[in-house]
Amino acid sequence: MLQVTGLAAVRGDRRLFAGLDFLLQRGELLYVRGPNGSGKTTLLRMLCGLVAPEAGEIRWQGEAIRGRCERYLQQLFYLGHLGALKDELTAIENLRISASLSGREVSEAQALQALHGMELRACEDLPVKVLSQGQKRRVALVRLLLSDAALWILDEPFTALDQLAIDRLQAVMAEHLMRGGIVVLTTHQEVAITAAVMQVTLGIRRA
Amino acid sequence: MFAVFRCLFIRDLLLAVRRLADVLTTLFFFVIVVSLFPLGVGPEAETLRTIAPGVVWVAALLASMLALGHLFDSDFRDGTLEQMLLTPQPLSLLVLGKVMAHWVVTGLPLVLVAPLLGLQFDMAPSALPILVVSLLLGTPAISLIGAVGAALTLGVRGGSVLVSLLVLPLYIPVLIFGAGAVEAGISGLGAGAHLSLLGAILVLALCFAPVAAATALRISLE
Amino acid sequence: MVFGMAFAGINWFKYASPASFYPLAGRMVPWFAALAVVLALAGLYIGLFVAPTDYKQGEAYRIMFIHVPAAWMSMFIYIVMAIYAALGLIFNTRLSAMMASALAPTGALFTFLALWTGALWGKPMWGAWWVWDARLTTELILLFLYIGFMSLEAAIDDPRRASRASALVAIVGVVNVPIIYFSVQWWNTLHQGASISFSSAPSMAATMLTAMLVMSLSLWMYTIAVVLMRVRCIILERERHSDWVAELMMEAR
Repeated sequence: MLQVTGLAAVRGDRRLFAGLDFLLQRGELLYVRGPNGSGKTTLLRMLCGLVAPEAGEIRWQGEAIRGRCERYLQQLFYLGHLGALKDELTAIENLRISASLSGREVSEAQALQALHGMELRACEDLPVKVLSQGQKRRVALVRLLLSDAALWILDEPFTALDQLAIDRLQAVMAEHLMRGGIVVLTTHQEVAITAAVMQVTLGIRRA
Repeated sequence: MFAVFRCLFIRDLLLAVRRLADVLTTLFFFVIVVSLFPLGVGPEAETLRTIAPGVVWVAALLASMLALGHLFDSDFRDGTLEQMLLTPQPLSLLVLGKVMAHWVVTGLPLVLVAPLLGLQFDMAPSALPILVVSLLLGTPAISLIGAVGAALTLGVRGGSVLVSLLVLPLYIPVLIFGAGAVEAGISGLGAGAHLSLLGAILVLALCFAPVAAATALRISLE
Repeated sequence: MVFGMAFAGINWFKYASPASFYPLAGRMVPWFAALAVVLALAGLYIGLFVAPTDYKQGEAYRIMFIHVPAAWMSMFIYIVMAIYAALGLIFNTRLSAMMASALAPTGALFTFLALWTGALWGKPMWGAWWVWDARLTTELILLFLYIGFMSLEAAIDDPRRASRASALVAIVGVVNVPIIYFSVQWWNTLHQGASISFSSAPSMAATMLTAMLVMSLSLWMYTIAVVLMRVRCIILERERHSDWVAELMMEAR
């Protein structure tokens, strides 16, 4: 479970948010809302441990994540704005290498099957730079599917996806939550998940 | 852990092979800079022979330094660097893998071409092996030290000029012992002491530079 | 700087916050400035009038009374700067990072001064405006290290990343300075046979040493005064969104 207490963030000179508290149990989804520039991406990156908070603490299974907790990182998957795909490598190469770097083995057959599952056929052997934006996002999502992380932190994962892919992703998220995973999500679209959904809205000034 | 190092090393080599232009420009820069000196100084054989070790070494430093722009930039821009910070593997190991691949692609060619340039300057043939060994020890150290500078200036405007300002003072000991080794060899004093010191610097760089570069990467990606 | 004051019973950690350090620094500045002036006058008097004429170098050697203290201070300041930088990086204290940034320009100034006075000394002494002696060359490299620190900090927009990145540069620099010095020494002895060296300068008469020490102390006091003034500016700039600064601006109207 993910617990956040008294979290505060400062970016440059701006105070983005302060006094943020929430607790996420297994099977729960956190939907982070707010206008552009309200600190959604900063919050997500803080949850990954990339940015140190100005104040407050983040705990995973009761243990503070500060100081690069390896156990936490093993169970974490972060999908940021950038797709984290190398343009000169093919989709299959990208998937296998990124799995290796996380310490897992993914065979070519597994990668191929996962790509087909996302409706990506006949482009597995092409360098990623020739794929369309939507196709690149789908490859990034396949990376997500091939990981066995318990905690998913997704920053605008529906960007550039067509309706079919959006539905697929929502189904995948629902499945993950049913299996006891946790999802933290920001998006400008309405999320159709029936599991326990918590909302945090940033960018509101408390009176 | 070694598997991850090897995976990243091979990945970077693969990427370099698919973007060969980046690799070759470093080598051509090296050759061009070395060729500028006779044009500036005059073609007298005696002068050229005297300045040869220093010239080849300074050109190698500058070429290596220019190549630093390719080390982290592309990974930074497409988000793979961020993902590397999120793996459970020690970041310094990943940095070491990247820097070693970078050296194979940018530093090693310099080492191999240097004897030809030495001949262009009419260097004594006995000095050429010493030149090669000194560069073989020195260029990895330069790549390692340079990695710290490259990591600090990620995404900063004017980054490449800034890297040179940060990193060239730190290269000075490598330059002194590297060029000194060749000169000592030529003058018959024996290059042993210089080469041992170069080796010592390389060992220190191997131990500390990846850690410093990893810290710098975390600072840059905050 | 705070270490030099051995007052007991005052809670020094209170002053680790920029808000409380700001007024304290303001009160300390005039004292250190006065000390600097007094010591400078004393040092210059001893150096220019009391110390004897050197039998080898005549009157020209007296520039040493500025050159040597400036060189000592340039190295001392770099070390203090690196210490503050390390403290700021490890403990995440904002004031340490501000002190490091405040120290850099003064350190660079002294390095620059040492180089120029070195040249002015070199001309009458050795007939050349610049000699590639080990210490002068290391001073030059130290100037590059200072400029690198300041350039990196200026080039990065995000203030937190800027101070952390330049802190790492300072730490890496301070670790490398001995290595650089040793290698330049080696290079120098191999090429010139150590005949020309600022360290083999006139054997010191006691008054000469006194003058140099007094001048060094004066430069140290000057450094403290100027750095405290500068850090006050930096504090105001970096903390400008906090309440106490807003109040201060109100009062100033």
